[in-house]
Amino acid sequence: MTLQKEKYRAVVIGASWGGMNALQKIFSQLTNPFKIPILVVLHQDKTAGGGVIDILNIVSTLPVIEAEEKQKILPGFAYLAPPNYHLLVESNKTLSLCISEKVNYCRPSVDVLFESAADIYRHALLGIVLTGANNDGANGARYIREKGGGLIVQSPEEAEMPTMPNSALEVTTADFVLDLDMIAEKLNELANAIDKAD
Amino acid sequence: MDTTEEDDDIKDLLEVIYAKWGYDFRGYSAASMKRRLYYFVRQKGTPSMKELPHYIVRDKALFSRFIEEITTNVTEMFRDPGFYRSVRANVINHLYSYPHLKVWHAGCATGEEAYSMNIILEEEKLKDRSMMYATDINRLVLSKAKKGIYPVQCLREYEKNYIDSGGSHDLSLYYCKAYDHFIMNNNLMNNIVFTEHDLATDYVFGEMQMVMCRNVLIYFNRDLQNKVFKLFHESLDLGGFLCLGAKETLDFYEGRDHFKVVDDAYKIYQLVK
Repeated sequence: MTLQKEKYRAVVIGASWGGMNALQKIFSQLTNPFKIPILVVLHQDKTAGGGVIDILNIVSTLPVIEAEEKQKILPGFAYLAPPNYHLLVESNKTLSLCISEKVNYCRPSVDVLFESAADIYRHALLGIVLTGANNDGANGARYIREKGGGLIVQSPEEAEMPTMPNSALEVTTADFVLDLDMIAEKLNELANAIDKAD
Repeated sequence: MDTTEEDDDIKDLLEVIYAKWGYDFRGYSAASMKRRLYYFVRQKGTPSMKELPHYIVRDKALFSRFIEEITTNVTEMFRDPGFYRSVRANVINHLYSYPHLKVWHAGCATGEEAYSMNIILEEEKLKDRSMMYATDINRLVLSKAKKGIYPVQCLREYEKNYIDSGGSHDLSLYYCKAYDHFIMNNNLMNNIVFTEHDLATDYVFGEMQMVMCRNVLIYFNRDLQNKVFKLFHESLDLGGFLCLGAKETLDFYEGRDHFKVVDDAYKIYQLVK
């Protein structure tokens, strides 16, 4: 299977247990400027401060910022869902936050981000499911596929916790199952393809 | 069904609801509205998205259920303890200068935060001169708020929140436990009026020294946010305080210059001119 290279206009990433290390590994290897906006849900404690963003920004090649409501989604940035809020995408390509019920015992929930982003970006969305100890993200991954989007899942063998990648692979098929280094490489390939297409 | 068709269906439904029932959801952010709507229509006995407009104009019970499901009612006592700590540190001192205090808690849901604020007023010796108006669009949650009865399994978290908020007593001072629930003390209820109010359609109903509306405005689009900020602005006495949720900001409001930031992290503002 291959990904159609020029079509992606947004990347959504879901990560849980072990996600901090995984995200650092990916974000330290992306080309800058990176031409596709990245939206990230990382499960964290609701009282977590801005530490995650600070740590990611130490290694990240592109700016990682906390998602704010009504923020315009721009290429070159990675937006991280704030602790205790779901992150969603509006039809005018802005972000919105919501604090309604937890989904899969999680807030932010990967499913909520994946599903709402897939509604807006449809086939132009690439979903990435990383390490985690629960099944959040599986339904969202399936939904992205149903809308014609692409899907990469971290290889369960490499994942610090394989449950989340495995759960996604149980309910849908991925375009690629890859180790983190290869995921970064693939993302760079896609972002560079946008460069040429524009 | 493609996305635009779904969006049109939702628009039609919200128009019909406004015309028939007077509740205005047209200014709500689409993404989370859609999410909740689809959750609602997937429930047993609910008509499909396509049929819903036809049924909801005729069936009041269905509409009531819609209101209950569509609004977010997630809350807890002393939610975001740092906010209450900041109120104790930065707001309370200013309130002593008023002989009478009116506090409006808009979007109070099941009331946990209204009681929390009342506990702070009590501890700061301000409760006897205070009246609190706790409002919500959802009648069902208001009836729960009025009762002030909550499940005991929440207590552990509430106790911790209370201490983190700067509480120096024991939260058990303020409630009675019976079986698997606890009920707020009567004296925390006698100065709170729980009443229906729709921020999208209803008006100012008094001059307040404090307006608290946390994690409601994130569901509104920019136009509706501005309308509601104007409503709060007009409701506030000069020198009064406006408290928003941590992820909400006054920065895009046309009357922003009238307010001073008291706490940037917890979004506490004071009307200064």
